[in-house]
Parts: sequence; structure tokens; C-alpha cells
Amino acid sequence: MMEQKSGQKKPPEDEILPIKVRNLSVTYRTEPALWNIDLDFPEGKMIAIVGPNGAGKSTLIKAVMGLVPITAGKISVYDKSYSKQRSKVAYVPQRGSVDWDFPTDALDVVEMGLYGKLGWLRRPNSQTREKARKCLEKVGLADYADRQIGQLSGGQQQRVFVARALAQDPQIYLMDEPLNGVDAITEETILSILENLRKEGKTIVMVHHDLQTVDKYFDWVVMLNRNLVAGGPIKEVFTRKNLDRAYQEKQRLSIR
Amino acid sequence: MVLEEILSVLVGIFTDYTLRYVALGSAILGITSGALGCFTLLRKQSLFGDALSHAALPGIGIAYLFAGTKDSMLLMLGAAVFAWFGGIVTLGITSTTRIKQDAALGITLSVFFGMGIVILTYLQSIGGASQGGLDRFLFGQAAALIESDVINLGILAAGCFVVLIVFFKEFKIATFDGAFAQSLGYPTKYLGALLTSVIVVAVVIGLHTVGVVLMVAMLIAPAAAARQWISGLKSMLILSAIFGGISGIVGSMISSMTEGMSTGPVIVITITAILGISLVFSPKQGYLFKYLRKKRNYQGNSSKIGNISENGRSRG
Repeated sequence: MMEQKSGQKKPPEDEILPIKVRNLSVTYRTEPALWNIDLDFPEGKMIAIVGPNGAGKSTLIKAVMGLVPITAGKISVYDKSYSKQRSKVAYVPQRGSVDWDFPTDALDVVEMGLYGKLGWLRRPNSQTREKARKCLEKVGLADYADRQIGQLSGGQQQRVFVARALAQDPQIYLMDEPLNGVDAITEETILSILENLRKEGKTIVMVHHDLQTVDKYFDWVVMLNRNLVAGGPIKEVFTRKNLDRAYQEKQRLSIR
Repeated sequence: MVLEEILSVLVGIFTDYTLRYVALGSAILGITSGALGCFTLLRKQSLFGDALSHAALPGIGIAYLFAGTKDSMLLMLGAAVFAWFGGIVTLGITSTTRIKQDAALGITLSVFFGMGIVILTYLQSIGGASQGGLDRFLFGQAAALIESDVINLGILAAGCFVVLIVFFKEFKIATFDGAFAQSLGYPTKYLGALLTSVIVVAVVIGLHTVGVVLMVAMLIAPAAAARQWISGLKSMLILSAIFGGISGIVGSMISSMTEGMSTGPVIVITITAILGISLVFSPKQGYLFKYLRKKRNYQGNSSKIGNISENGRSRG
């Protein structure tokens, strides 16, 4: 068995952190997707999750929100279970996960970020509209509020998703490849928004595919390959050796 | 001559007892299935609706077998239970085996429908002429609708609309982005089940008018037609309900003009005609305008390219 927790200094158990993962395993049918993960996400950092295809990157953030069934282990969000902390977390799913032909406009999608606060039965109103409009402004799409979502470019669609997360006004952002296949303006806009959020002390966890930009954009990195290869500050763990371990094909086969 | 006939039918809606209830019952079906069908369409569950309606058939036979009456509420209950059961079987097959959804739908649809036919023919063989009436649920027999039926249908439809209006926001978010809805804490599975339940009610409403075989058209066609014209979910639901309602009324009027023409198929043809018109003539997505735009762009491009190369030549 290889050494798993290189670079990760264990904080004391009683410290309250945005996300704590203990002995997490997730299996789809009989295939393990994540195996025995132990991880602490620090507050106020830009955190990248990297790893090859099928390494369980999306599964990890979905597991935090209870979107996939957990086989073993425990996850806490600010020391409580996720179901009690929903208002502190915003999820930005992969752009390709929804049907953009859905009959609605950009503002309406952003407004959905406020449904959680509205709860059951209460309807969106002029206040939620106004708030959604402000969030659209922040991502530079004020003029596109009434635009059919199917008529937006890929980058604009991604920014609508980010605006929806902003509308939730959370402490933690869980984002699934928001920079995948977007134009330069979108990448710049999203990064500058996230940078400001980080300065405000928010925690950003992002599944990221582009290894070239990891050390440029992020403070912290989690390297996955179904097992946890490494998790820690970029300078300490984003090394050649760890990358080789994360992306080596046979590594994945070594899981029993 | 023809005009006179149409006029007399129009007047008939208000005066003729039978025609009034046939048209009303068909309109109730069209409005309900039109609105709910939008969700079926957007959730890509059109064939699921088809399986549900086919699965309702054995329920009718079994309800009759046990109760021994042709009380319409009882038969509808049997139909609803089996439609629901068919839906659960489909979901069960896809989640516990390697069989994919399309195959699972095929299995449910044909097995339940076959079971239904077996039960109906059995009933026909053991009983007198009174059992013969049950096969009208295959293609519907709106002409047999009476006042009490229409009142029942109206109550069921009203129930559907209450659920739809109360949970509109939740249905919308669960349909557009299920994972996100779940992250907010909405129980998307239960919402899906609730939506399936109201669609089952719509199917049951349709039993009398279009029957189990053609029911799926009433779910898909109005929604697909409305989608051509409309860009918001709420207005799509409203327009789809209007299309469904119109086709119900127009269909029952047309069928009343010809002796022995059954109403259900005519309603389905009417809504299909509306869909056809929408596909061709809608301004944004219609074939006609797409073709015209393409042609205009092509000519515009040709003349531009012509100009550019002309300029190039004169410069050279």
C-alpha cells in the first residue's frame, strides 16, 4: 500500500473547517469511485481538484452534498452534516449536465439560486428578481437577462451558472469544471470574481482539468486517483512525483 | 352547404346535450394533458407517458373483474393503479438490471398492454354483451360521455392543476437541473414521483376520450407545438393547454359531423395538424422561416463574395 497523506498536515480534530472528509469511499455498483479518502479543506482558499478521467473528482464534490450515496466514511461541513448547512454551500454543476434548450431565460436561471432561501410554496418575487439581476451584472451579462439560455454562448452559459451560485451567497463554492472549454473573457471574469470571494474569506473548491494553470490560479490542490494522492498547499504537494503518481495508469489498477 | 353544417355543429355545442359533454370532456383532457405534457416532454419522458397509458389497460379489466360494475370512477381507479405500477416496474427494471430505459419501456408497454388485451378478451368470452363496452378504452369513445363523467373528469383535472400550480417552482428546477435542485435540498425523486402521479391522472382522464393507445399523442403533441412558439416555461404550459383544449373541441365537432366517426382519433389528428402547422410556420424555429433566412443569407453572401472578388480584380 502506498503512502497516502503526503504533504497533508493533520489539524487537530476539534478545529472547525469548511469541509472535513473522513475515510470516504464511494462505489458505483461494484466499481470503486473513491477509496478511503481523508481530507481537510481549509478556509478562505482557492482549492483545485485534479486527476485523470474517472479519478473521482466530480464524485468527491457530489459526495460532499450527498448527491451520490456514500459507501463508507463521513463528511462534515462546518462541523455539521451537509443537510443542516445547505445555505452555506453553492454548487456549480458541469455545464453539459443540463439541457440548454429548456424554455427559460438567463435571469430565471440565476433566480433559481434563491429558491433554497424561498423554500417550499413561496414564489419568486420582485426582490429575488432584483437580486438575480445584480448577480448577472457581476458576471458581465446584465444585457442578456432576457435572453433564451439556448442562445447564449458556452462561456455565457457558464457565467450564468456562476451568477446563480453568487445569488446563493454561500461560504463554500463547489464548482465542477467551470473553466472547461470557455472563452478567454469568461475565464478572466470568473477568476476575478472568485479572487474577490477568496479575499472575503470564502472557500472555493473547483474541479480543474488544466494542469498548466493550477499553480497560477490556486492556493491549494487535491490530487486524486480514486485514492487521495496528495492534498495541500500548491508549493508543497504540486510536484512532479505526485503528478506522476496521480496520472499513472497502473496506479488505478492497484486498488483492491 | 358545408358552411351550414359547420354552423349547426357550432350551435350544437351549446344546444345538443351529447355534443356538449363530448366537447367538454375532450377539452378537459386536452387542457390537462397539454399542460402536464410540457413536463413529460422537457424531462424527455415522452415514451414513459406512452408506457404509463398502455399499462392502464389491465387495470380497467381487473377493476371490472373484481367489482363487477362499469362504474367509471372504479374503472379509472383500477387504471390509475396499474399505470402507476407500470411506471414503477419500468424504473425498477432500469435501476436494478443492465437493461436500458428504452428497452425497459418497451417491455412494460407491451407486457402490460398484452395482459390488458388478454383480460378484456377473457371478460368478453365469459360474459354477455355488457362486457363488450370495455374495449372502448382502447381508442376511447367520447360519445359515451355523460354529465356525471364530465363532472368527475373536471374534478380530476382541477386536482392536477392545483398540484401543478402549487409545485410549479419545484417542478421547474427539478426538471431543468436535478442535481442543483437536490443540492438545495429539494427531494427530486419525490417530486418526480408526484409529477408522474399527476400524469397518471391525465392518462386516466384520457381513457374515455382518446383511449390508452393514442393517449401519448395528447401529452406530446400540444407541448411540442407550444415549444415552437414560446420561450418561457409558464407561457409554454398555457399555450400547450390551449392547443390541447382547442383540439379536443374541434376534434369532437368534426367527428360529430360524420356518422360513426370516433372522436379520439380525430382529436389526435387535429392536435397533430396543429403541431404540423407550428413546425412549419413558427417564426423562430419553423421550417419555412429557417429556409427563407438561409436562402436570403446565401444570396447575401454570394453578392458580398462577388463584390470582394470584384474589388480584388480591379485592384490587381
